[in-house]
Amino acid sequence: MSALTRQAALFEYVLRLGDDALINGQRLSEWCGHGPFLEEDIGLANTALDLIGRARMLLSYAADLEGRGRTEDDLAYLRDERQWFNVLIMELPRGDFAFSTARQFLVDSYNYFLYEALQASTDARLAAIAGKAFKEAKYHLRHTSEWMLRLGDGTQESHAKIQQALEEAWPYTGELFEVDEVEQQILQAGIGPDAAELARQWQKKVGAVLAEAGLQRPKEVWPQTGGRQGLHTEHMGYLLAEMQCVQRAYPGQQW
Amino acid sequence: MIAAVRTDSDAAAVRAILEQVTDPEIPVLTIADLGVLQDVYWQGERLIVVITPTYSGCPAMQTIKDDILTTLRGEGYGEVEVKTRLAPAWTSDWLSETGRKKLMRFGIAPPAQTSSSKRSLLGKRPTVACPRCHSTDTNLISEHGSTACKALYRCKACLEPFDYFKCI
Repeated sequence: MSALTRQAALFEYVLRLGDDALINGQRLSEWCGHGPFLEEDIGLANTALDLIGRARMLLSYAADLEGRGRTEDDLAYLRDERQWFNVLIMELPRGDFAFSTARQFLVDSYNYFLYEALQASTDARLAAIAGKAFKEAKYHLRHTSEWMLRLGDGTQESHAKIQQALEEAWPYTGELFEVDEVEQQILQAGIGPDAAELARQWQKKVGAVLAEAGLQRPKEVWPQTGGRQGLHTEHMGYLLAEMQCVQRAYPGQQW
Repeated sequence: MIAAVRTDSDAAAVRAILEQVTDPEIPVLTIADLGVLQDVYWQGERLIVVITPTYSGCPAMQTIKDDILTTLRGEGYGEVEVKTRLAPAWTSDWLSETGRKKLMRFGIAPPAQTSSSKRSLLGKRPTVACPRCHSTDTNLISEHGSTACKALYRCKACLEPFDYFKCI
């Protein structure tokens, strides 16, 4: 017997998706003004904006599901590290452009299949959010796939850097497909997709792009995990400190 | 005082007023041209305006909401509520024919194909005509432009860079 009700599982699931989107968006937005060239700078900021917009829809929904009067802003600005449930890959520092690109490609591939499937969710509001997110994810994935080709198939230096970046990000990808009590409930209730099926689709897509880019698929190593339980890398605290500092210093402040 | 009975023709009047509300980034387009304005109806004495967001994170949406409220209140509509509808998700196919022409005149190339066409699914590049000299000898500079809804192109005939309204 599972102790988790459908409603409780849905809240946790939507919160996870919202946290993934917000933390990924926050990391990407760090590139604003630092992109390798102007057009890409704008591209990175645009993708970050999509992700933050997605996070707002998801966190507003999570707040409604919780029903304790918290808002999307409370969830974004007033939670401490252990109360965040994003997967670790989202919070890793932006690194160089190769690392941000490799991470984003791996995450975009995941989001593409995840939100494609979520459009068929038995939960109408989540399906509606997914409809929006899927269109954007498609655009993001096309963009980062092209970068993987360009860097992988580019100069010796770009090839070496993007391969190295893949090696660094790879141990964090297993967590994307982890199954726990929440995921089981979500699958049973027809709210979200089967993680194993998602993993198959993801492997296939990622494998195809890496092959075309002339890149080696990194060897499977011990997976890094913990985010879904609120256990984060040492980078998370710094990210939150920057993201939340204004609301922490001036609670309730608006502009 | 007895409140007047509201009829559907009032909704038409409201739509006419909402013709003044434009996209803050592309001021030639009204929210109806954009396909953002979805519905106008009365719920008792309350006027409901339904909009659908173009992009999840588009900062123009808040401005559009505020502009709808300010405009309608300015015209004497007291109780107005702006509701957001997510499904069906907005698509660039909803851009009106007038909207497409206005974009072209404004110097932005309208979406070149429908989002459901095979080319869009296969990720093939559409043929985009330059809004200035109409040459189709153009190339993509960047998938992303000055706002979430635009990409950046360059015309190889007249050498001018231009914005392209993305097809999603």
